[in-house]
Amino acid sequence: MTDHAITDRAITNRAMTDRTALPAAAAGNARPAKARAPARKAARRQARTAYALLAPALLLMAGLLILPLAAIFALALTDYQLGAQAIAFIGIDNFKALAVDPVFWQALGNTLLYAAMVVPGSIGLGLVAALLIESGTSLRSFYRAALFLPVMATLIAMAIVWEFMLHPTFGLVNAMLGVFGIAPHNWLLDKATALPVLAVIGIWQQFGFAMVLFLAGLVSIPRQLYEAAALDGVPGGWERFRLITWPLLGPVSLFILVISATRAFQVFDVVYALTKGGPSKSTEVMLYSIYTEGFEFFRTGYASALTIVFIVLILAVTLIKKTVLEKRVHYA
Amino acid sequence: MAAIEARDLIKSFRGTSVLKGVSLNIADGEFVSLVGPSGCGKTTLLRILAGLELQDAGEVSIAGRVVDDLEPKARDVAMVFQSYALYPHLTVAENIAVPLVMRRLTTAGRLPVLGGLMPHVRRARKGIAGEVATVARTLEIEHLLDRKPGQLSGGQRQRVAVARAMVREPKAFLMDEPLSNLDAKLRTQMRAEISQLHRRLGATFVYVTHDQAEAMTMSDRIAVMMGGELLQFGTPDEIYAEPVDIRVAEFIGSPRINVLEARSDGQGAASAGPIAFSLANAKPQGEVVRVAFRPEAAELAAPDTGLAGRVEHTENFGSDLFVHVRAEGAAAPVIVRSRPQGRRAQIGDHVGIKVAPDRLMAFGGDHKRLAAVAA
Repeated sequence: MTDHAITDRAITNRAMTDRTALPAAAAGNARPAKARAPARKAARRQARTAYALLAPALLLMAGLLILPLAAIFALALTDYQLGAQAIAFIGIDNFKALAVDPVFWQALGNTLLYAAMVVPGSIGLGLVAALLIESGTSLRSFYRAALFLPVMATLIAMAIVWEFMLHPTFGLVNAMLGVFGIAPHNWLLDKATALPVLAVIGIWQQFGFAMVLFLAGLVSIPRQLYEAAALDGVPGGWERFRLITWPLLGPVSLFILVISATRAFQVFDVVYALTKGGPSKSTEVMLYSIYTEGFEFFRTGYASALTIVFIVLILAVTLIKKTVLEKRVHYA
Repeated sequence: MAAIEARDLIKSFRGTSVLKGVSLNIADGEFVSLVGPSGCGKTTLLRILAGLELQDAGEVSIAGRVVDDLEPKARDVAMVFQSYALYPHLTVAENIAVPLVMRRLTTAGRLPVLGGLMPHVRRARKGIAGEVATVARTLEIEHLLDRKPGQLSGGQRQRVAVARAMVREPKAFLMDEPLSNLDAKLRTQMRAEISQLHRRLGATFVYVTHDQAEAMTMSDRIAVMMGGELLQFGTPDEIYAEPVDIRVAEFIGSPRINVLEARSDGQGAASAGPIAFSLANAKPQGEVVRVAFRPEAAELAAPDTGLAGRVEHTENFGSDLFVHVRAEGAAAPVIVRSRPQGRRAQIGDHVGIKVAPDRLMAFGGDHKRLAAVAA
């Protein structure tokens, strides 16, 4: 996938330089123009080949990415309803409505709150798990596989398992808490606990992903640095982590941060399977709002406006990464 | 400054024996090279001295104290790694300061913001900065202090690594092939610089290398290791002129020593063609004895004198001309040093080789040196 992207870019670059180089060459000296003619022909042939090779990727990108995106932008400015015959341009009325819609603000706030719990939770747990596995000697691949399992599992199916575990009367969670004398609780029906519980499930599902990436990052830290640190008098443990491990994991951590933030913003399946946004909108999140507006109330225009806000949110994460965080990370 | 003593060190990795009982006494302020082919255990020995590896048996003491129970940082030795092992995200100044920061500041004092608020920490940091600057001046890397290791050349990184080792004035410096990543010219220059540094600091240096030229030019004494054993420990002159083992003789010296196979006659005499000698202790008849001599111990002569052969190849170094002669009964060409001036031997010439009798060395089937007199 990435390989393709890189080759595609290389080809585009090549095609672009070829094209920009051509007029310059033609506008230059007239004298060697004759001599250059075959070269120009060859360059044109190369450019043609490049575009031919690019075409499939361009078509797919246009069809699957750019057109839908443009359609959403267009729909967001209309009052279109799914299946309706009429459509009218209403400018930014959808966004004005959004601004005063308490459900939207609730969804936005919940999404941010969910991300604020899941992102540090999954990164922290992933890092701890990676460090433990890396420092251990036995059963390493078992732990790696076991902890990575939730990432690969279908979350809808896993959500149902969680639903049983969290069941107020016969659930495993309450039974275990009962051992410590904690009274049973209806976790998913309590406004105060529903979102945090979903966040715990999110962390459980995501931290394996962070762990695998951290493991790869840890392997690439030269062992000699730790040995140098041992001789330099670095006391080990925390101090060693602060001096070597954490800074050298910087690029990996940044990548994980962006990926897990994006994935946290996209939370939908657990909400859909477990709470449907309730109780009283306490687990209403952006994607779930988009889904209900678009496919339950059929307010396509309004859902499109919501989608645009969502896209802006994701873009903001990428932008923060590009402008602020990347400058503070050391790339070897 | 400290003497280092290793006693009967044994180490194996997963059943592979790497050190088979190595003992070594390094005097205070001495420059000792551990030299040998790759896999001979020299790096493992150094790492055991540093405390990065634990021996299976045996004892290490530094400055008269057994350090086997001490962590690397408590042994007060500094190490320069082959890969330099600089912290890539810290500037040169920060890299050099790490050993001092770790030793002088408390955990709280090392915290980025909080530490700066404490007056005694600020004072300590100022002192550290001064010492870093002094060391940087000594090694002529002051202009690099604000750079990151990634922006430095190999030679500059090497100096930074030495500076980081120097800054806390350790009892001993352990160096693991520090020059092997540099180009040939820089290597020669750094060789001289490290020797000078050793003279100036007067500290004990233990230097691991596979390059016999580095060992010969820099060391007070050389420890030649092979197959997990210490074959010989002595001054460069001793190692070169009086090797006790044929593997030492073959490893040290460039071009390599000439070795001819001889057979014992059972009466205490042996000969390889025209080269005959008597052994102090008679060997059974037919036992293989090897006789060796350095290229400069031989000279070319008329075709009918000494060892006869045909010139196969010549190497002209400007100062010396090494003539490779395919001689009768010798497995490898015999190398003879001659002068480039005057008449040179041409490839294909038939020549004789005369060997200075007092420069002949005999070695037994067990690689060990035999007492022998040329006849």
